[in-house]
Amino acid sequence: MTINEIQDELIDDFSFYEDWMEKYEYIIQLGKEVPLIKEEYKTDEYIIKGCQSKVWLYPEMKDGKVYFTADSDAIITKGLVSLMVKVLSGHKPEEIAGAELYFVDKIGLKEHLSPTRANGLLSMIKQMKLYALALKARA
Amino acid sequence: MTYFRVDCATFVSHHMKFETLEIFDIQKIRSDFPILKREVNGKPLIYLDNGATTQKPKQVIDAISNYYSDMNSNVHRGVHYLSQISTDAFEVTRRKLQEFIHAAHEHEIILTKGTTESINMVASCYGRAFIDEGDEIIISAMEHHSNIVPWQMLCDEKGCVLKVIPMNDRGELDIEAYKNLFSERTKIASFTYVSNALGTVNPVREMIAIAHGHGVPVLIDGAQAVQHMAIDVQDLDADFFVFSGHKMYGPTGVGVLYGKEKLLNAMPPYQGGGDMIKDVTFAKTTYNDLPFKFEAGTPNIEAGICLTAAIDYIQGIGLEHIKAYEDELLSYATQALSKVEGIRFIGTAIHKSSVISFVVDGTHPYDIGVILDKLGIAVRTGHHCAQPVMERFGIPGTVRVSLAMYNTKEEVDALVAGVERAVRMLR
Repeated sequence: MTINEIQDELIDDFSFYEDWMEKYEYIIQLGKEVPLIKEEYKTDEYIIKGCQSKVWLYPEMKDGKVYFTADSDAIITKGLVSLMVKVLSGHKPEEIAGAELYFVDKIGLKEHLSPTRANGLLSMIKQMKLYALALKARA
Repeated sequence: MTYFRVDCATFVSHHMKFETLEIFDIQKIRSDFPILKREVNGKPLIYLDNGATTQKPKQVIDAISNYYSDMNSNVHRGVHYLSQISTDAFEVTRRKLQEFIHAAHEHEIILTKGTTESINMVASCYGRAFIDEGDEIIISAMEHHSNIVPWQMLCDEKGCVLKVIPMNDRGELDIEAYKNLFSERTKIASFTYVSNALGTVNPVREMIAIAHGHGVPVLIDGAQAVQHMAIDVQDLDADFFVFSGHKMYGPTGVGVLYGKEKLLNAMPPYQGGGDMIKDVTFAKTTYNDLPFKFEAGTPNIEAGICLTAAIDYIQGIGLEHIKAYEDELLSYATQALSKVEGIRFIGTAIHKSSVISFVVDGTHPYDIGVILDKLGIAVRTGHHCAQPVMERFGIPGTVRVSLAMYNTKEEVDALVAGVERAVRMLR
């Protein structure tokens, strides 16, 4: 599936949840399914700055595609990073770098895009795109 | 009108009943704050983030609007009518602030942008004049970054040394250790009256006396104190006292540096520019007298003038009543929250004011904050600009509830229910 196809599928999934509580429960559930980063990569080098909680993100290049593993010590943040990994992992670097992430607003998580210090989502997106470009340059 | 003095020492373990709650008309007070009627995420706003900023009564909101429609004009500079009335109004605030903290002289009240600027001003100006390489500065382990970083910057520049008063597991300063921090090289001590992260009320009068015994002046950070209790800088014998307008129901962008006249006179100015001068030539410029020496440029005129409305509002109710009500509410909230399974309070000093910081085992404070927000409840999560405090307690941050005079027991009940619901979702 392309990045946009995954985004559309998520928008569809989330449309079943009217209630914020059900949305967050689903996000928390998704967090439990995130491809977990290896313990040895849970270092300062792979921490995403700009989050109130600790978020680790590790990128790898395989067969010309970038794959992400991640973790967080806050459950909702883990869910958010899981969403981002679901959408962006397993694609070519230029697809990741050029992706327009419209699903966040559409699934009702727009407040997570506001650039207050607590918000890591913008930082996550930025970091994932930077990693994609860096891995492409190295390849 | 009767009122009650509250002994902070006993509030945590006792549930005290006050007739204050009949004198203190909470519904009338709440009706004065328009924002309290609004909804957030489809729920009535429950605003418990008063340590970050307080809401404004309509008296202050109207004053701001009236300022711009009736009198807006630059201050201290003009000969025309509007400039005279706005200058007078600005100086009325200065006089009211003098009374508010019982300073000896009006010119000891410098109007600044806020607490952070006030502290930077002292670090810079007092630092430039009196602190040298190898000198020592005492701060405490519970300070807000605004009372750490300016001193660190001074130490980097001058090669002086920062000494830190440690605290115990309850979040109380170790006074014995404090006494031992003084040496002949100590030049200033700077610490908070009330901790924004822990709610601890420090024994500042006693601590100032100890410092003065060594000939060391003291700066007190009153940002989390002035809205909760009466301040008398002469009684405390504080050398500098700082606070912000927006945390005492006033506008943002204005704050106070109180300094004893002889200290302020001995310090060089902070910023150069208009109003802080007497005469300017390219050969030489002479500086203005206090307070203007430290007030370069056009101030935040509107905020300065409208701070009077906030002071009047507070004094109309009476700080003694506000304190009694808030102490009762803090006690109620602490007891109610203590029933949440796995909750741990961070900051359990005997003497506390308005703040409850907590974590719940098995959860991250950020997650609790997000869910409370969905329920219309505004708290703050994280390190609260006090990272050393979080490090001391070995936690990433806390959920912080900070109360003000318009909060109610019903709001506290909703908070507790919200925390329990969040914990169920997260564990």
